[in-house]
Amino acid sequence: MNDYPGRVLITKIGYDGHDRGSRIVAAFLRDAGMEVIYTPPWQEIDAVVSLATQEDVDVIGISSLATDHLIVPDLMAALGEAGLSHIRVVVGGIVPESEHELLKTAGVSAIFGPGSGRDDIVVAVRNCVTESRQNRTFA
Amino acid sequence: MSKIASETVPVKSKSAEPARAVKSQKSDQATWKNAYDAQIGEDRVIKNRSGIEVKALYTPDDWSDESYDDELGYPGQAPYTRGIYATMHRGRAWTQRQLIGLGTPEEYNERLTKSLDQGASAISLLPCNSGFRGIDCDEAPTALLGTCGTVINSIEDMDAALKGVPLDQISTAVNDPSPFTLFAFLLGVAKRRGIPFDKITGTANQSDYISHFVANHMFYRLSLPGARRVFVDHVAYCREHVPNWNPVSVVGQHMQQAGATPAETMGFTLSTAIQHAEDCINRGMEPDYILPRFTFFFDISISFFEEIAKFRAARRIWARIAQERLGAKDPRSMRFKFHGQTSGVDLTSQQPLNNIARVSAQAIAGILSGLQSMHTDSYDEAISCPTEGPAQIASATQHILREEAHLCDVIDPLGGSYYVETLTDQMEEKILEVMEVIDKAGGMYEAVEQGVVQRMIGKSALAHQQKVERGDEKIIGVNHLADHEDAHEPAPYRPDRSKMERHVTAFKEYKSARNQSDVLRAIDRLTKAADNEDENIFASIVDAADKGATHGEIIARLREDLGFGQPLVVE
Repeated sequence: MNDYPGRVLITKIGYDGHDRGSRIVAAFLRDAGMEVIYTPPWQEIDAVVSLATQEDVDVIGISSLATDHLIVPDLMAALGEAGLSHIRVVVGGIVPESEHELLKTAGVSAIFGPGSGRDDIVVAVRNCVTESRQNRTFA
Repeated sequence: MSKIASETVPVKSKSAEPARAVKSQKSDQATWKNAYDAQIGEDRVIKNRSGIEVKALYTPDDWSDESYDDELGYPGQAPYTRGIYATMHRGRAWTQRQLIGLGTPEEYNERLTKSLDQGASAISLLPCNSGFRGIDCDEAPTALLGTCGTVINSIEDMDAALKGVPLDQISTAVNDPSPFTLFAFLLGVAKRRGIPFDKITGTANQSDYISHFVANHMFYRLSLPGARRVFVDHVAYCREHVPNWNPVSVVGQHMQQAGATPAETMGFTLSTAIQHAEDCINRGMEPDYILPRFTFFFDISISFFEEIAKFRAARRIWARIAQERLGAKDPRSMRFKFHGQTSGVDLTSQQPLNNIARVSAQAIAGILSGLQSMHTDSYDEAISCPTEGPAQIASATQHILREEAHLCDVIDPLGGSYYVETLTDQMEEKILEVMEVIDKAGGMYEAVEQGVVQRMIGKSALAHQQKVERGDEKIIGVNHLADHEDAHEPAPYRPDRSKMERHVTAFKEYKSARNQSDVLRAIDRLTKAADNEDENIFASIVDAADKGATHGEIIARLREDLGFGQPLVVE
């Protein structure tokens, strides 16, 4: 269905509490018509996985300001174990170039640095929604 | 070889233009306005971040010095608009307090020692984010340890971090939110080294739990009422036992970084200061007993004149609040002492060397505002915790501004500027409007509980983002001149994983080697203090730290006693 808006969980894992970025990106996606499930920061990985299951999301957006992206591979593994491999994960925030590989290898779909445009983010997340739906169908 | 300019410029014939002709032509505003309108074409409406429209020119029509004594006064005299001390930076430059936090306690000590050798005049300590979350290093993934702050979970860790540092001779600041375990460890170390507590100077520079609730989500550490109780106990304890320590730093930094405008930030911060002061006064402390130990902590954004006006206005407002609203009589209670940190929000990860220019502009604004201590950001702070080379440049920036640019020579050099004085008045008005909103909500504590503050910040953050998207706010390398090649991407700081693993192992060994019954008894006393309003919780935290209890253990117990906070999602 083309008019399916997509369900996106915007959250922060790890130990940083700064949420300006996650709040703004949540507003971007909501403005673009997506259904956004938003959590405060400092979520445990297990809590994110169970929320993703309950809310039946297509995409998880992780906001990372202070190195929390370094445990995104753990989140990817936990999603896999929970049978949620169809969920696409997007990371936004401060991820140095030298660590993009680490995230890509772990299966992260896209990485957005500071200053990324609203449209680029929306388009990428939409594509992730589509991919996630397709993977779910064939799973 | 450069020549002196006057030698190269031909000297004009003195007889050509009689000086009288210029003198007789009276300068008038109408003529200027006509010329301006004719030449500017379609003029732009320019508003600063706080929403104040900025004109092209300010004149005596905007501001005159008629009310000099009431509104400005002399430095060191009420209302302190021009500075809180008679001599200001000419007498003693601001304290150079570079915030450092990385790796293991030993790695911190190494960096701190270098920073002091490079001319830093005070200590500032930032703990690892796992500490902010309220847990010890043995409960966190090693990948996240020490990446953005130092892992300090016990008195032993603090001792190692401050090895060789003369605690009785240097001022210390700890980023140590409620329940102030780091300060408890610091006092434990002082006791060990035989340093009397009255020799300990410095500031608990993250003591403001309200700002943490608003912008850093400390609800996972302690509940809001719990944090309030610990805060007042901490102030009472410090006033009695550590008299030269500033137990209160009211923090505007987080709120501005989260998106509040400079005027909103100052309004929220001053309202928070009122809340803290009234909480202490209600507990029986005299205004003049506590207020001289109140300090403030702010971000200095790159909105240059707006920042200067923000701080000048704040000094005036605080002096009046302290006297008229809080009942202070001692001039020391009225002095708005503040630390400024150049804002990381304005820094960009794109073309990161440009950040050196941004930090310089922010630092100049801070210095011209008359701050008491300053941290300048490293250019790589938009990418990671500062690495050594960039940290050195940040430190040198302060020396250059002090020694080479001579920014310390004159007190409040912008005082009397038609623009700066007008803007100071306008910012004062805006700040007071924000404070009125908070008063109407029942004070800062209530306003935060209701989410009033969080909603205002979210709205301003989004409005700023939209300005950036429209290109109304240009950011070089991001939405303007963005296609220049990024010549320099600094390698991010990452701690040595094997050192950290060894540290965690040693920490576990330390825990099992302690006198367990002593530790348990000390932790049980936390509960006893929490249950009894007449006891001072912070005194029992100091005792628990001294007996070997860890940061995580103390917080875990206080969480049971004082409650876990509920996250407030405000959209």
